Amino acid sequence: MAVITYRDALNQALREELRRDPNVFLMGEEVGVYQGAYKVSKGLLQEFGPQRIVDTPITEEGFAGVGVGAAMAGLRPIIEMMTWNFSLVAIDQIVNGAAKMLYMSGGQFRIPIVFRGPGGAAHQLAAQHSQSLEAWYASVPGLKVVAPATPYDAKGLLKSAIRDDDPVIFMEGETLYGSKGEVPDEEYTVPIGVTDVKRPGTDATVVAWSKMVTVALKAAETLAADGISVEVIDPRTLRPLDEGPILESVRKTNRCVILEEGWPYAGVGAQIAFQLQQAAFGDLDAPIARVTGLDVPMPYAKNLEHMVMPSPARLIAAVRDVLYLD
Amino acid sequence: MATPANPDHVGRQLAATPKAQLIDMLYQMLLGRRYEEKCAEMYALQKIGGFCHLYIGQEAVAIGAMSTLRPDDLVITAYREHVHALVKGCDPGRVMAELFGRRDGVSRGKGGSMHLFDREKGMLGGHGIVGGHIPLATGTAFAAKYQKQDTVTLCFFGEAAVNIGTFHESLNMAALWKLPVVYIVENNRFGMGTAIERSSAIYDVAQRACAYDMASETVDGMDVLAVRETIGRAVDLARRESLPTLIEARCYRFMGHSMSDPVHGHYRTKEEVEGQKQQDPIKQYFEYLTAAGLADQALLEELDRKARAVTEQAVQFAEASPEPSAGELYQDVYAEPYGPYTRSEQ
Repeated sequence: MAVITYRDALNQALREELRRDPNVFLMGEEVGVYQGAYKVSKGLLQEFGPQRIVDTPITEEGFAGVGVGAAMAGLRPIIEMMTWNFSLVAIDQIVNGAAKMLYMSGGQFRIPIVFRGPGGAAHQLAAQHSQSLEAWYASVPGLKVVAPATPYDAKGLLKSAIRDDDPVIFMEGETLYGSKGEVPDEEYTVPIGVTDVKRPGTDATVVAWSKMVTVALKAAETLAADGISVEVIDPRTLRPLDEGPILESVRKTNRCVILEEGWPYAGVGAQIAFQLQQAAFGDLDAPIARVTGLDVPMPYAKNLEHMVMPSPARLIAAVRDVLYLD
Repeated sequence: MATPANPDHVGRQLAATPKAQLIDMLYQMLLGRRYEEKCAEMYALQKIGGFCHLYIGQEAVAIGAMSTLRPDDLVITAYREHVHALVKGCDPGRVMAELFGRRDGVSRGKGGSMHLFDREKGMLGGHGIVGGHIPLATGTAFAAKYQKQDTVTLCFFGEAAVNIGTFHESLNMAALWKLPVVYIVENNRFGMGTAIERSSAIYDVAQRACAYDMASETVDGMDVLAVRETIGRAVDLARRESLPTLIEARCYRFMGHSMSDPVHGHYRTKEEVEGQKQQDPIKQYFEYLTAAGLADQALLEELDRKARAVTEQAVQFAEASPEPSAGELYQDVYAEPYGPYTRSEQ
């Protein structure tokens, strides 16, 4: 098994699926000649040519809609958002177009499209470039929302997303692109809608996805030194949410902290907490806790940004809290 | 608004078009008129709910434009689209069933007046967000070029949509990438109640194409043969050279914006509407045909009777169609469903 970056894992997934199906094409800003704003599409123009690796003007709503129209006509577009922040000018095409076409056409028009790109905060990019928007998209029936944490998951899930016949919102972690992990040499896919246990444990459950898995694993390591065993659960897909393994974990540990980079109000964690109290109320020995990005636009100043971002320290405090340790 | 008919183009079109098609165009205009009149009646009876936008007065645009198409060409339009669906070949009964919210509707009762879809007929909706479907048409044209097909996409929208970003984004990409699409502005002079003079910095909508170095033409949208000739050129350009065109068809709607808007209201006078009705596109076309000896009053009455009968049958079909079952509620949210969406039909 090779150890590769998250970026290269995504690149492999794109390359393999472009080779596999001539109806698959990649479209977005700087995906071709520039080789990708984050180099995820490096080398693809050279292999597949400008017909299939399509550089666009800066026109997100326009090319998002071109993708939806192309999908109506039988193609399988991959639409790159340079970052998910820019998807807000394209959201009409995603929500009113891609998500609803199958339903409002009475099942006639499938939209097999992937909208992908980096989400979440990086470093001091300030309010307009640091958002985690998964809760926005996960609330929409008709969309599937995927947010992988590791190179293995990123590659396997992107391949599944491209083959899926529904519109998939594929959120990559901007600060995960350089992270490394093992990826099999042979072809594989990771199915959409399957939760993964990233670290087994017995005392408390931490639910986290995308780059928050990294934060959770760091906190778990520290807590282990204090004799506290944390189970880290990664849903990987936020819609559909595979609730089973989360419930199973909570029934074992009886305590749960949900970690989320985005805002707390109406976040994905709020939904997961709701589902857990419905299904496992009697199993909980403490109220479910949430650690989230703070409820403000992202500030630029480094110290303030650090305050906003969920950290291992904040997660550790929350885990100790649900264990009634302090 | 309508300019006097150009005898040259009328003569050319009458000579170049098979008589059967010329007569069928008259029939389609009559069907569109009678069908929409019936829709108004059904709306008043609350058989049709929601928003309902009628096409009365604008028939020459859809019928002239689509008379130039092949069956495998695509049409995508906004929410004033009942007649577009009929002309593209959708079954009148299934369209009415859709308006009634019934199971046999073209969109199985889930779309309604604003979302008429028929994949087999190349009818791609029916879209309710002003300008939202213009990129979709750009995308179907992109797909045709990608797949090396010579199909053409016609994209209809009102003049109010030329002020929204998607219009400009789409025209830019279509011109940049040379896509086989014809954008047809149905300029009926009012975006709901706002006159074009109050919404657009440029009165001549077709001029907007200059910004994208795109071919453009303005045509009298009350004259079905003028529309046919102009759109025919644009369709040829799209099919043969894979180039887009922007067409402004100047027309007028005889009804309110929707069924909840009175015919005149605050934004136009009764006299203006009555004056425009003198330019009735059906009357004008009938006069062209009569002058050329291709139609007479008896034929008109026969076609009108047929249009009324087909409309009546459509209502009967819709009445007889069942409501969608509760089990269909969760169907077709996902092509690959999960959890609650996998419920089987009850």
